[in-house]
Amino acid sequence: MLESLLFLIMGSITIACALCVVFQKNPIYSAIFLIQTMVSLAVLYVLLHAQFIAAIQVMIYAGAIMVLFIFVIMLLNLSKADEEGERDNLFFQKPSAIILGFILVVMIGTVTLKTVFQGVKGEYTPETISQIGNTQLVGKMLFTKYVFPFEIASILLFAAIIGAIILAKKRIIED
Amino acid sequence: MLISYLPILILLLVVMGFAISNIIISALIGRHKPTAEKLSPYECGVEPIGSARERFSVKFYIIAMMFVIFDIEVVFLYPWAVAYKSLALFGLIEMAIFIIILLVGYVYIWKRGGFEWE
Repeated sequence: MLESLLFLIMGSITIACALCVVFQKNPIYSAIFLIQTMVSLAVLYVLLHAQFIAAIQVMIYAGAIMVLFIFVIMLLNLSKADEEGERDNLFFQKPSAIILGFILVVMIGTVTLKTVFQGVKGEYTPETISQIGNTQLVGKMLFTKYVFPFEIASILLFAAIIGAIILAKKRIIED
Repeated sequence: MLISYLPILILLLVVMGFAISNIIISALIGRHKPTAEKLSPYECGVEPIGSARERFSVKFYIIAMMFVIFDIEVVFLYPWAVAYKSLALFGLIEMAIFIIILLVGYVYIWKRGGFEWE
């Protein structure tokens, strides 16, 4: 009862903040609303008994990623006129957004219908998770069953390092 | 289960209450005698030069990028540290491979001068 009430409250806050991100004209305000969206999502993860993901959500998304977003906004250096005035809209922007959004909703819908709403109890119920411990379970699964994606993640991070250095340090390398 | 998160809720309420009440109290009982100096943006006591909307150097971005990358590396260390005993040697080798790959990246950044602020 309490959980579903909290879910309703946090879910509506998340959606409201996500809408604010889109409709704000000033990108910095959008970024602040995005932080609130991330934090509310963390609460939703807690309600789903995924405490580790919730902590990571706050640390990585609401913390580190948002710093990166703010720096990108500062890099792009929008003038006051750009922030408040009109922008060049791409002519295919709205139709393509509607089509892609529709495809996304259909995809999420079919996946949830096929997996979550089947009524079959999975291996890891909230009881077993709380018995072993959420983070322990994540660790065990990550380093046994999902070891390959884990190692691939290091390659991905390595690629990100090289990409960032190549892009941002271009001038120095050329000199 | 949710009751164990009560301290977080209390902390949240205290923090929000402190922030909001500070603004309200200072607006209510503070004196309002604005001058040009008082209304100018505070920049560590130095007089502000130009607009704040200037283009920032890409150096800030690269620092943030490196922070995110190594932050994610640390995130993978948490579940490993917690489940370390049951994973034993296998987990140690896996983590060693992971760290070594990122260490190569670290050396690459270092050699390319990614940590220098020139």
